[in-house]
Amino acid sequence: MARYIGKRLIYMFITLALIATFTFFLMKILPGSPIASADKLSPEQRAVVEARYGLDQPLPVQYFDYMFGLLQGDLGISINQFKGANVTDVILSRMGPSAQIGFQGMLLGTVLGILFGMVAALRQNTWVDYGSTIVAIIGISIPSFVFASMLQYWLGLKWDLFPVALWKDGFMSSVLPSIALAMFPLATAARFIRTEMIEVLGSDYITLAKAKGASGSEIAFKHAFRNALIPLITVLGPMAVSILTGSLVVEQIFAIPGIGEQFVKSIMVNDFSIIMGTTIFFSVFLIVVILVVDILYGVIDPRIRLSGGKS
Amino acid sequence: MTQNYEKLPQDAFTRIPRDTQEAEKISKPSVSFWQDAWRSLKKNKGAIISLILFGLIVLMSFIGPMISPYEPNDQTITHANLPPKMPVIENLGIMDGVGTLGGREVDLYEMKNVEQNYWFGTDGLGRDMFSRVWKGTQVSLFIAFVAAAIDMLIGVIYGGISGYFGGRVDDVMQRIVEILTGIPNLVVVILFILIMDPGILAIIIALTITGWTGMSRVVRGQVLKYKSQEFVLAARTLGASDTRIIWKHLMPNVLGVIIINTMFTIPGAIFFEAFLSFIGLGLQAPDASLGTLINDGYKLIQYQPHILLFPAVVLSLIMIAFNLIGDGLRDALDPKMKD
Repeated sequence: MARYIGKRLIYMFITLALIATFTFFLMKILPGSPIASADKLSPEQRAVVEARYGLDQPLPVQYFDYMFGLLQGDLGISINQFKGANVTDVILSRMGPSAQIGFQGMLLGTVLGILFGMVAALRQNTWVDYGSTIVAIIGISIPSFVFASMLQYWLGLKWDLFPVALWKDGFMSSVLPSIALAMFPLATAARFIRTEMIEVLGSDYITLAKAKGASGSEIAFKHAFRNALIPLITVLGPMAVSILTGSLVVEQIFAIPGIGEQFVKSIMVNDFSIIMGTTIFFSVFLIVVILVVDILYGVIDPRIRLSGGKS
Repeated sequence: MTQNYEKLPQDAFTRIPRDTQEAEKISKPSVSFWQDAWRSLKKNKGAIISLILFGLIVLMSFIGPMISPYEPNDQTITHANLPPKMPVIENLGIMDGVGTLGGREVDLYEMKNVEQNYWFGTDGLGRDMFSRVWKGTQVSLFIAFVAAAIDMLIGVIYGGISGYFGGRVDDVMQRIVEILTGIPNLVVVILFILIMDPGILAIIIALTITGWTGMSRVVRGQVLKYKSQEFVLAARTLGASDTRIIWKHLMPNVLGVIIINTMFTIPGAIFFEAFLSFIGLGLQAPDASLGTLINDGYKLIQYQPHILLFPAVVLSLIMIAFNLIGDGLRDALDPKMKD
């Protein structure tokens, strides 16, 4: 186990170093200058500005400066969007709303998804099952931004149930974005739990439990549900990815001051250090989530042998 | 009843001798793997309906821009922002050219003296949405299919080599894949779009740069499974070359998995294209894909919801159809799942 985790950690660092290197050099060859109205500056002014951001140093020096900074959690300085603010601070200050809608979406999606999947499996081939399957297919198929715009139009604009956009009414502002983000986890969990439950319900120990006279609900919750739940951990990774991808557009649609919205903005204004910082932040987040999921899976279900890695 | 067999007339019966040849005969024609798969796919109503629906969408994406009397990029400023109007259906009270203007419901076609019908309405520049939506569908499908084909090609070759030759080759190749899969897809796609000129080519390259790893893993697993089986050993003993073993013996077995995997990469590619266009990293005007149309429509959602409605519906239908076809194919082609 320890060896496996150690191996995974080494891979994680190699991957992150590669991403950081890749991002750094990509940003250097990008067209367009990060300095606002660079053409209007005289060569002397330009030199002063470049010196301030360390852009006058030779490339290898810049690279190693950046990498050492990274190790200390320093993602550099924002160049034009936040005028000299520290990128780490910018990301941290915007983490709140993103984390809130992401967490709420994940929670809502998984809980509802488990419920849907369970009901569907217990009432297989009835209208409940078909209904839940249709919801799952729609949830997987319809892109979050289409769904988010529909929610905004109907629930926000037409029926006026929730704020249309912005982050001003506390929890109420977070309802629509959370629902939009919840669709994918909901659909994934519902499909997954349904398949697992049907498989588990057909296994021998369920027959034994029935033979011993256990009641229907006891079998469903105590025996089947618990075992069906374990493999759900494996799809937590894809779910986290979907929440993150979704947050880029959902935050944009609902004008939420989160990391996703600011990332899209910094792409538009060529703020290299913010783009790099956010990219690395996203990568760390996703890689850590996947690592934790893999380790958790091995800890919870001893039948899985971790030494073989992912199958 | 008493047993009076002896009383039965003996000549009414003839003895049928057992024919050993007959016993070996298979009464039903033998079913190949693909015929069998097609049979079980036919039983799946959702998949068949999706297949037809998808066929219709592909057909419309080609003939749609042709049957519309307007070019996708022709602007008629006087006809801007018209709601959809379609003959026959307009009698039902929907798509009848009535829109809200200053809070009142008015027939905008009458008001603006427009003689023609715009089936899906027009956008803010007076461009016909009908031809734009189908043209956009064409572009989106093109990007998705090319990206999926490239993914498939690289993935199959990489995974095939890695699995078939094994040993050190496999070790090195798998370490590379492990690192590549560690990099979040989203991050790679966005970074690549940034350094390239935006356009169809940039999107395709960005989608395929890491997209093939999933396919290569699946193919490698399958090749590893089959290469140690007896029929491969038999072929090798008979002197078949590596190329022949790969193409004649391994490929047919791996093909099912490749098809299933591709069926799921295509909707993924469609989604990513639309996603990139939505956050402004996709195609540039006047080119349109479903993603850019949705993005344009979203900006006017409050006043002209129809501009968002049609591309969003087409995109959603394509995604749903593909997922259902993929599910159906997986059930039909994967023998493990067979009931």
